[in-house]
Amino acid sequence: MGSAFSSGSGSPDAVVLELRGITKVFPGVRANDHVDLLVRRGEVHCLLGENGAGKSTLMNVLAGIYMPDEGSIRIDGREVSISCPRDAIDLGVGMVHQHSSLIPDFTVLENLMLGRGEGWRLSTGRAQDGLKRLTTTLGVAVDPGAETGQLSLGQQQQVEIIKALWQGSRILILDEPTSMLTPKGIEDLERVLRQLKQQGLAVIFITHKLREAFAIGDRVSVLRQGRLQGTIDRETMKAASATEMQRLVVELMFPGEAETLAHVAELSDLSELGGGGRAATAGEPLLELHEVVVAGQRGEIGIVEAISLTIHAGEVLGVAGVDGNGQRPLAEAIVGQRPLAGGDVRLAGTSLRRLGIGARQRRGLRYVTDDRLGEGIVGSMSVALNLVSKRIGTAPFWVHGRTRPEVIAAHAEELVREYSVATPSIHTPAGSLSGGNIQKVIVARELSLDPKVVVFNKPTYGLDVKTTAAVRARIRGLVDGGAAGALLISTDLEELLALSDRVAVLSRGRLMGIVRNGPGAEQEIGALMIGGEHGE
Amino acid sequence: MDSIFTADFFAAVLSGAILAGMPLLLAALGETISEQAGLLDIGLEGTMLLGAYAGFVVTNWTGSYWVGFLAAIAAGIAVSLLMVVFCVRMGRDQIVVGIAILLSMEGLTSLLHAAQFGQSYPRLDAVPAVPIPGLSEIPVVGPSLFTQPLIVYIGVALVFVVAGLLSRTNLGLDIRAAGRTPVALDNAGVDVMKIRTVAALCTGALAGLGGGYLAIVTAGIFVPFMTGGLGFIAIVIAMLGRGRPVWVLIGSLLFGVALSVATALQLAGINVPTDVVQMLPFVTVIVALALFARQSYLPAALAQPFVRGRR
Ligand SMILES: Nc1ncnc2c1ncn2[C@@H]1O[C@H](COP(=O)(O)OP(=O)(O)OP(=O)(O)O)[C@@H](O)[C@H]1O
Ligand SMILES: [Mg+2]
Repeated sequence: MGSAFSSGSGSPDAVVLELRGITKVFPGVRANDHVDLLVRRGEVHCLLGENGAGKSTLMNVLAGIYMPDEGSIRIDGREVSISCPRDAIDLGVGMVHQHSSLIPDFTVLENLMLGRGEGWRLSTGRAQDGLKRLTTTLGVAVDPGAETGQLSLGQQQQVEIIKALWQGSRILILDEPTSMLTPKGIEDLERVLRQLKQQGLAVIFITHKLREAFAIGDRVSVLRQGRLQGTIDRETMKAASATEMQRLVVELMFPGEAETLAHVAELSDLSELGGGGRAATAGEPLLELHEVVVAGQRGEIGIVEAISLTIHAGEVLGVAGVDGNGQRPLAEAIVGQRPLAGGDVRLAGTSLRRLGIGARQRRGLRYVTDDRLGEGIVGSMSVALNLVSKRIGTAPFWVHGRTRPEVIAAHAEELVREYSVATPSIHTPAGSLSGGNIQKVIVARELSLDPKVVVFNKPTYGLDVKTTAAVRARIRGLVDGGAAGALLISTDLEELLALSDRVAVLSRGRLMGIVRNGPGAEQEIGALMIGGEHGE
Repeated sequence: MDSIFTADFFAAVLSGAILAGMPLLLAALGETISEQAGLLDIGLEGTMLLGAYAGFVVTNWTGSYWVGFLAAIAAGIAVSLLMVVFCVRMGRDQIVVGIAILLSMEGLTSLLHAAQFGQSYPRLDAVPAVPIPGLSEIPVVGPSLFTQPLIVYIGVALVFVVAGLLSRTNLGLDIRAAGRTPVALDNAGVDVMKIRTVAALCTGALAGLGGGYLAIVTAGIFVPFMTGGLGFIAIVIAMLGRGRPVWVLIGSLLFGVALSVATALQLAGINVPTDVVQMLPFVTVIVALALFARQSYLPAALAQPFVRGRR
C-alpha cells in the first residue's frame, strides 16, 4: 500500500482512479447518471455542482457507503469492488464526509483511534505521538483530550481532516471541508494539500466556493442533475483568467444562466449587493441586548461575557469572529435555547427573559442554526412537516388540536417552489435531501410567517453560488422593508461586508467593538479581531 | 430495639446481599455491554430464566455445578442469538423482540420443567464456599463476606474485566462507538453489526450465567418464573451505572441488601408481613430512580437499528 509514496509507480500523472458509468438511483431521484471521472496521481481534482447535483452520492459510492446500481471503479488500472467502508480504506480511499461523523462525547484522540487499532489494547501513547506529528505538519493546535462535541465546528472539521490523513489514504476525498473554516484555516489546508500532492496523493475536493476551487484545484469537474457536465483540464485552467474560469464553470453548472448570474457570483464585487456605505438611517431599536452573560456548559469555550448590542429595524448587524468565540451561545441565549446567566434581552421593548422558545418564535424571533442535522431538522420527518416544525399545534396548520394536512402541504409546496428546494416531493424525509437542500429548508422555515428579528448563524454554508446569492438577497430583502432586523453571525468576512450595516467583532465571548460598514471597514474589523486575540 | 442489630443480623444481611446480588450483578454487567453497543436487551429476564433452567438441569444430571454454569452460559448465548438475528441483522424493533424473548422463555422453561419434573422440585447440593485466607478471619464480616463459592470471586473479577474491556481495548472503543454514533464507526471501516453481535453474545453469556447462579447457588432448585423481575432490576442497574461496571457492582449490592433484609429480619425474630418484605426491592428501584435517574445516561443510538447509507 506504500506505493503512493514511492516514485516508482508510473508517471507522475498516472491515472489512479477511474470511475466508469456510475449510476445510483434513490426513490424518485437519479442521483448519479452514468458518471465518468478520471483522477490522476498528485492532483487536486475539484468537484463542483449545484446543491443536489450528486457530488456527495458519487463520493459515497467510492467510499463504500452506497453500492452503485451500474458502473465500475478502477484503482491503479485494476477493477475493484468497494462494498463497504473497510474495502475503501484498504484500497487507500479516505473521506471527510459532508456532515460530521465524529462521536461528540469521545475525546479527539478516541475519535482518531476508531477503527485504527491493532490487537487488543488501545495504544493511546502511539496515537498521541501520531497526532502530534500530524498537527505539526498541518500547523494546527488540537487538544487530544478535549471532548469533540465541545469543540467549535471549525475545529471539528480540522479533526476530521486529520482523521482522514491518519488512515494513510492515497485518494483523499474532502466533501466541503472548508465550509466551517476561517480564511486562515483554509490557507493552512491549501498548504497541506500542496504537500500531499507532492507526495503523490490524489485529492478530490468538493466545494461551493469557486475562488477556492481555482486556487487549489488542478482540474475541475462539474456535475449537474447527476450527470457529468464536463471537466476543465489543467492547461485550460493555467491559461484562463479568473473571470474566464468563472464564466466557464458557471456555464457548466447553470447552463444558459451565466449572464444572469455574472453579477452575483462571488468573484464579482459583492459590495453592490450589501449595505456597504449605506446611510446611517436605522429605524427604531428592535432587539436589545443588555449586558448579556451566558454561562458555558461543562468545559465549553466561548462563553459570553456582558454583551450589549442593539439591532434596529431595517438593519443587518453582522457578528465577526473566529468560530467558537461565543457566537453559538450568544445566538442560543437570544432565541431561548439556553438560559441567560445575567442581563436581559428585549424584543420591541418587552423583556424576553421569561419567555420560552415557542413564545419567542411566535413573536417573530427566528433562528437559523448552524447545526443542520442536529437541531435544524428531524431527518425522518417529511420536508412538509419540517417546514412547520416550529409551529406544531398552532393555527393555521393545527386547528383545535387537529392537523390540517392540506394547509401544511400548500405551505410546503409554496416554500419548496420559492426556494427551489430539490426534493422528489414534499413528503420525502428531509434527511434524505442533499446538504444544501436541507439548509434551504431551514432558511425557508425561519423566513416564512412574519419574521421580525432573525438570528442567522452561517446562513449560506453549503449552499451553491446561485442559492447563496438568493439567500443573501432575501436577508437584505427582509430588512430593507424597514420592519425587520437581522443578526448575521458568520466566519466569512466577505459575506458580512456584503450584507451588514454594522459589524460587531466577538472574541473570547467579549465584544471588541462595532464597526460601521463602508470603506475601510475590513481593516478596522481585522484590527479588532487581532486585538482580541492578543489582548489579555 | 437495639437487640435486632446484632452481629448475626449484619452477617446475615451481608451474605444474603451477595447471594441475591450476584445474579443481578452478572445480568447487569451483560446489559451494560449491550447498552454501550446500542442494544437495549429488554428480554434479559428471559435469558436469565433459560440460563437458570439449563444450569439447574445440567447440574442435576451431571452432579457438577461447573458443568451447570457452562450450560447456563451456553443457554444465555443461545437466547441472545435471537437478538442478533432479529435486531442486529434484520433491524427489528428491540423492545418488541425483547418482550417476545421474555414471554417465550417464560413459557418454554415452565413447559420443560413441567414435562420433566411434574410437580416435584428436586434440590441441588449446596455449592461449597471457599474462604479467602486471612480476610475470612476478620470478625463479623469476615466469615460472611469472604467465605463464598468460587463463582462469586469470579463474578467480582468480571466487573474489572468488563471495565477494562470497555475502557482499555479496541473492542471496547468500538462497542462504545456503536452505541453512540454507529455511522462514525462504520465510516472508520468497522462492521457495526459485528460489534453489536459480539456485544449481544456477551450479554447472553453473562445473563445466562446470572440465571444459572440464581438456580444453582442462590436457590438450589428451579421454579418456573423464579427470576421474578430480577432481569428488569438489572436493566435499571445498568442504566444507573452509566456504562461503568464499578457502579453496577455497587448498585447490585444495594439491591442485594434490599432483597436479603427480609430474610435477615425474620432471622432476627421480627415478623414483617411478607407482602411488605417482597415489595422492598421494587421500592428500592423507585427510590433509586427518583434519586439518581437524572444522572442516568443512555448512549445516543440506543435501540436504534443501523443501516448504512440511510439518512
Ligand atoms: N440516502 C438517500 N436517500 C434518498 N435520496 C438521496 C439520498 N442521498 C441523496 N439523495 C438524493 O440524491 C440527490 C443528490 O444528493 P447529493 O447529496 O449527492 O447532492 P450534493 O451534490 O452533494 O449536494 P450538496 O451540494 O447540497 O451537498 C439529491 O436529490 C438527494 O435528495
Ligand atoms: Mg453534498
